[in-house]
Amino acid sequence: MSGHSTYEPKTGFERWLDMRLPVIRMAYDTVLTFPTPKNLNYWWTFGGILSLCLGIQIVTGIILAMHYVPHVDYAFNSVERIMRDVNYGWLVRYIHATGASMFFLAVYIHICRNLYYGSYKAPREVLWILGCVIYLLMMATAFMGYVLPWGQMSFHGTVVITNLFGAIPVIGPSITTWLWGGFAVDDPTLNRFFSLHYLLPFVIAGVVVLHIWALHVPGNNNPTGVNVKSKEDTVPFHPYYTVKDGFAISVFLILFGFFVFWFPTALLSPDNSIPANPLVTPAHIVPEWYFLPFYAILRSIPNKLGGVIMMFSAIAVLFVLPWLDTSKVRSMRYRPTIRLYFFIFLLVCLVLGFCGAHEPAEQVIPGVTTFTLGDYDLNTMVWLSRVAALYYFAYFLLITPIMGLTETPLPVPESISEPVLSHPASGSAQAAAASNKG
Amino acid sequence: MLRKGLTLAAFGLALVAGPAMAATTQAELKDIHWSFEGPFGKFDQVQLQRGYKVYREVCSACHSMNLMYFRNLGQKGGPFYDPKYPNPNENPYVKSLAHDIQVGDIDQDTGDPVKRPATPADKFAAPFPNEVAAAASNGGKAPPDLSVMAKAREGGPAYIYSILTGFVTPPAGLTIPAGKYYNPYFPGDLSGSWTGSPDHVPQGGVIGMPPPLAPNKVTFDDKTPSTVANQARDVAAFLAWAAEPKMEERKQFGLGAMIYLVIFSVLLWFSYRRIWRNVAH
Amino acid sequence: MSDTVVRTNPDPQAPGEDPNRRDFIHIVASVAALGAVGGLAWPFIDQMNPAGDTLALASIEFDLSKVVEGQQVAVKWRGKPLFVRYRTPAEIAAAVKDDHADLRDPQTDESRHKPGKPQYLILIGVCTHLGCVPNFKGGDYGGWLCPCHGSVYDTSGRIRKGPAPKNLAVPDYAFLSDTKIKVG
Repeated sequence: MSGHSTYEPKTGFERWLDMRLPVIRMAYDTVLTFPTPKNLNYWWTFGGILSLCLGIQIVTGIILAMHYVPHVDYAFNSVERIMRDVNYGWLVRYIHATGASMFFLAVYIHICRNLYYGSYKAPREVLWILGCVIYLLMMATAFMGYVLPWGQMSFHGTVVITNLFGAIPVIGPSITTWLWGGFAVDDPTLNRFFSLHYLLPFVIAGVVVLHIWALHVPGNNNPTGVNVKSKEDTVPFHPYYTVKDGFAISVFLILFGFFVFWFPTALLSPDNSIPANPLVTPAHIVPEWYFLPFYAILRSIPNKLGGVIMMFSAIAVLFVLPWLDTSKVRSMRYRPTIRLYFFIFLLVCLVLGFCGAHEPAEQVIPGVTTFTLGDYDLNTMVWLSRVAALYYFAYFLLITPIMGLTETPLPVPESISEPVLSHPASGSAQAAAASNKG
Repeated sequence: MLRKGLTLAAFGLALVAGPAMAATTQAELKDIHWSFEGPFGKFDQVQLQRGYKVYREVCSACHSMNLMYFRNLGQKGGPFYDPKYPNPNENPYVKSLAHDIQVGDIDQDTGDPVKRPATPADKFAAPFPNEVAAAASNGGKAPPDLSVMAKAREGGPAYIYSILTGFVTPPAGLTIPAGKYYNPYFPGDLSGSWTGSPDHVPQGGVIGMPPPLAPNKVTFDDKTPSTVANQARDVAAFLAWAAEPKMEERKQFGLGAMIYLVIFSVLLWFSYRRIWRNVAH
Repeated sequence: MSDTVVRTNPDPQAPGEDPNRRDFIHIVASVAALGAVGGLAWPFIDQMNPAGDTLALASIEFDLSKVVEGQQVAVKWRGKPLFVRYRTPAEIAAAVKDDHADLRDPQTDESRHKPGKPQYLILIGVCTHLGCVPNFKGGDYGGWLCPCHGSVYDTSGRIRKGPAPKNLAVPDYAFLSDTKIKVG
């Protein structure tokens, strides 16, 4: 999609088609010969893994839609019919259900790789923003998909999440009523969520095309963060990265299969095996694991509107990240100070997830009562999540801009080829850094 | 560096995955060994047959299993599967089991509701015509459907077993309303009906179900002693099968798929090493 | 993360390499990839085949005493109409008389009913042309007439006129008792 095309049609038909619709040329330039930095590590294979995840979800989803009935009286039973009577229905449904978790696992690794290696920095801001859009769409799709089995958690999760919009001043209640198509989550809600759940993956696929397009204009970032200088720095995508991505995909599928075949219910709530009952709320409303950090941020604010704003801000801040980062160096390989803050940030995200899975008033260290600060004792999940949420925002809004200006980065190699050629024993950052210092 | 991060991540995930503590309490479930545990575990067919008998003779008086059809009993992996009859609808034993049960139908000539003996294609008959009737006959709360009970409770079959064998005399100081029963394995919050020390509120809750099992309440066709523990274990196994009837097929398929994937990964690894062998990276 | 084996020689035709062996591992890996896709394709195709609950309804029992002479009862079987016909002696005679007429799909009337039960004709009520449901007592042969494209069947359900290629199909069925049949 950019640069010079080296495609030469070989047969008469290829020449004929190339004049009319250069689709083979496009595939050739984007997949086969695309010059890719030769030092990409396994963290870079998650782009391919994510494409596969999207493909798996779309294919299994289309199959499930052939058997699923989007009606409050039949939804639960139709899912169970898929599990019991449809040929290999259990396989398709468990792939789809596990696939959602695997998709998010892969996307979180993909995002963290971006943060670590500074891939969002110029000239890849649009690429990054498109990625954030995909992530938002994924969250919307996953949420609506979770509604469809119409179990207890589906129903009451929908009630809670749609009520978030009720926090918006003045128009909030009208928006929730509009979302529901009634005065409570009911058949119209289920129907529209089914329709949108079917639609959004194709929107995601469209944005993915833009995402790849935006990737192919500047080309891949790489672990050193140094721009590609010459042909020496790159290899053609095929066969070098098709085989590497293929290997990574195969290993990823082993993890995927492990859940599908032996622990398919590990990531599903037992409450969702109880048909939806609007009269009884489960003892413990917990979203899927991939939403837990945001759920913890939501609950850490003792104000409905404030919580909703903070939760959406936690995602919105990602969009402006390219302009918050003031560092001239892309890769954290050469930024030892912020690297430490980054690992704390990862830990904080996990702590937020941990808090999201527990009741706000629960004690973090069991049996220890300290003193009450404001509304809760200091040794509670809610205070832990407040501290963690504070760090989450501080990382983006304070640490990233300030560190970029104040830190002293390590010497950055001249080119991609340099560190590997000058240090044959190791391509890793520490070796290069240590010897550069010495 | 990233490796360190990964270790932290794994540690954090383990924290997140830990069981969420609820405001309610519940005694730790009894640890039972099941034949269907583990990646190679299979259901014990004879146990499933006994379990079906317990369900049919005891549980089905109050609990429906609306997702179950008689034909399920004779399908591959089911309690009465017979390789001679790959089509469960033709399995004579399943037919006779179904025939013993009356199900509702519509008379083809008059349109009146009638009762007829069930066929393998029929659902298990529900004990009550609807949920309101079920609740009205059971102290205001309908007995839950058991089709996917083993998936619908934390602990699955261990929970079912613990509840069925867990009825004990309530400790002194605990007031149990009439028509209710104390069960330490039933999740609940007893602090309101406890007169003793607030630091020692008994675990568990009050359940509407009276202790359903008793020694020799069900006569097993094999020589298995009909104790409460055996009845509970067998019916829990039956319900585990009913909740996940394709479990054996899933594990079998998974084993093949995983072996294939491992071999495939090794092949790709060698292919990868050969392609990259001359590139410094 | 860190591939430490690094050689500075970028010559793809490095000495000591056997190109055949290199090709072989790639071919095996590619074949394995195709095999994986193929293996997973089957469950995804098979899921469209009739499910367990659909197959369970595949056989029905029917009480023939509900049909009176000269009448036809249509019941639904596997989603299609099943004609249960109690034929009059005149209709049976007409069918037998035509056993050796110029038939498009030659069959004797005897082969289309159970031995000793010529009065009961059990047919799948789907025109063999394009699947419409033929009307009873229509056409020139005292049997059925398909309203869609005018295929005419006689009192034995054999095709006599019109575009349909075959006689109306007789399903697999058996008498359970004198008045009860099981279809499928």
